[in-house]
Amino acid sequence: MARPLVQVKDIVVKYHSPEGETTALENISLDVFQGQFISIVGPSGCGKSTLLNVVAGLLEPTQGEVAINGRPVEGVSASVGYMPQTDQLFEWRSIWKNVILGLEVQNKLTAETRESVRQLLERYGLWEFRNAFPRQLSGGMRQRAALIRTLAIKPEILLLDEAFSALDYQTRLVVSDEVKKIISREGKTAILVTHDISEAISMADHVVVLTRRPGTIKSIHKIVLTCQEHTPIKCREAPEFRDYFNRIWKELDIHVQ
Amino acid sequence: MSNREQAISLSPEQAAYLRKVRRRKINIFLSQVLLLVTLLGIWELAAIVGWINPFITSQPSGILKTIVNLYNSGDLFLHIGVTVWETIVGFTLGTILGTIFAIILWWSEPLARVLDPYLVVLNSLPKVALGPIIIVWMGSGVSAIIVMALLVSVVVTILGVYAGFSQVDPDRVKLLKTFGASKGQILQKAVLPGSVPTIISALKINVGLSWVGVIVGEFLVSKAGLGYLAVYGGQVFRLNLVMTSVIILGVAAAIMYLAVVLLEKLFIRWQQ
Ligand SMILES: Nc1ncnc2c1ncn2[C@@H]1O[C@H](COP(=O)(O)OP(=O)(O)OP(=O)(O)O)[C@@H](O)[C@H]1O
Ligand SMILES: [Mg+2]
Repeated sequence: MARPLVQVKDIVVKYHSPEGETTALENISLDVFQGQFISIVGPSGCGKSTLLNVVAGLLEPTQGEVAINGRPVEGVSASVGYMPQTDQLFEWRSIWKNVILGLEVQNKLTAETRESVRQLLERYGLWEFRNAFPRQLSGGMRQRAALIRTLAIKPEILLLDEAFSALDYQTRLVVSDEVKKIISREGKTAILVTHDISEAISMADHVVVLTRRPGTIKSIHKIVLTCQEHTPIKCREAPEFRDYFNRIWKELDIHVQ
Repeated sequence: MSNREQAISLSPEQAAYLRKVRRRKINIFLSQVLLLVTLLGIWELAAIVGWINPFITSQPSGILKTIVNLYNSGDLFLHIGVTVWETIVGFTLGTILGTIFAIILWWSEPLARVLDPYLVVLNSLPKVALGPIIIVWMGSGVSAIIVMALLVSVVVTILGVYAGFSQVDPDRVKLLKTFGASKGQILQKAVLPGSVPTIISALKINVGLSWVGVIVGEFLVSKAGLGYLAVYGGQVFRLNLVMTSVIILGVAAAIMYLAVVLLEKLFIRWQQ
């Protein structure tokens, strides 16, 4: 089998504060292969964001290491693109200025990169809005612009930390559909953190369930859904969907007092 | 839809509504003018009839005469000019220096922590108490007054703008970090542009504060300016002169405040 794109090897992360030590992650190992879409679900505060921060190279693990393409991650890696909870478009920049932000920061604005950004905007219906400002766009379009901003730096792997949680339910469905389509079409690998079990199942080919803090991997579900059109919305109607949902729901073991 | 299109397709109800709004606006303005005229009229009348002693209360006609005299002697715009200039330099420097200090504090969190108690003390201290020290250090000239005005506003600016910087969404900073942005780039791309509204509101506060600094400074040392005029008028018991300078001061301060508000509006429009 080919080498995994991302190898998380026996990661431990501890946070230190005057109140004491918090072990956020314990012995996490995970392989992500080129083209896979992985969802991570887990109880609140179990270390999901921490895991993404480690993969992005923003946070050094206490133990263990992450390798991307076989090379250990040291500091921020250029092959990682990150999508935060809200789109974080800069309101004083036009859509064009927003989507080239990463290239600008990396000093990579050339005729060639501009052209590839132009193509992304055209392909995903935002070219006409390049001179508009974020507030003039709908929530879905803004999310698309945010995704293009991430794709512009040509990352190999996308990290989405509850990237749709700020959207209302309908928009969220449409946007997750779109994002999934774009990510597949661009041939990217993705890790999505979400609280929404349905979203996790419908978008991913593997769902990783984490335990309560300290987060360890409880189980990994390979998702196979029989649906004609392989889009997240349609996939929710697949007969297997409920099964996966119930199993993951039980494993999450959420008690509401 | 443009305004013109709206005007063409105006329904009678909308036209009536707009007329009502306009009429109300005019009524309010007329009432404001009427109030002013009435107050001035009563004041003048009371002085003429002898209910009050114009020697200690002054009177509108006396104030008017004083203004005309000042104008004829060429002193009116000298005094206004000096004070306005000192104030503008004061709040501009206060805002710029305050923002620069805030950037330094943002850049180095350890430094911000070390300086925190000092800033708290400086912020609580009534800056005008430093007046005598400033005069000794700067001499009794315009520079002492400007330093006074600057001191009054700089600490508030540091604290306000630094607080604004700290409010930048951590996710936004994280996003820039994943692009590999340096600290300088984070400042330049996200923190500074995102804090422009905070800086403008600091500027707005500083306009008011600088007037206080300038007038106190002029009370202490000056040879020209509206504050000087008021103090001088008080010393030689010419209440008309005191009232004149206070009234001009009020008008000048209001105009300057409106100018900053206009600047803010222009900025917001430019942003859209
Ligand atoms: N900088 C920090 N210092 C101390 N403790 C931290 C820090 N960041 C996170 N933690 C703690 O580590 C644990 C894991 O945090 P993390 O944000 O990774 O959880 P999460 O699974 O993303 O939670 P959520 O579902 O709420 O987003 C939490 O208990 C949190 O309180
Ligand atoms: Mg999180």
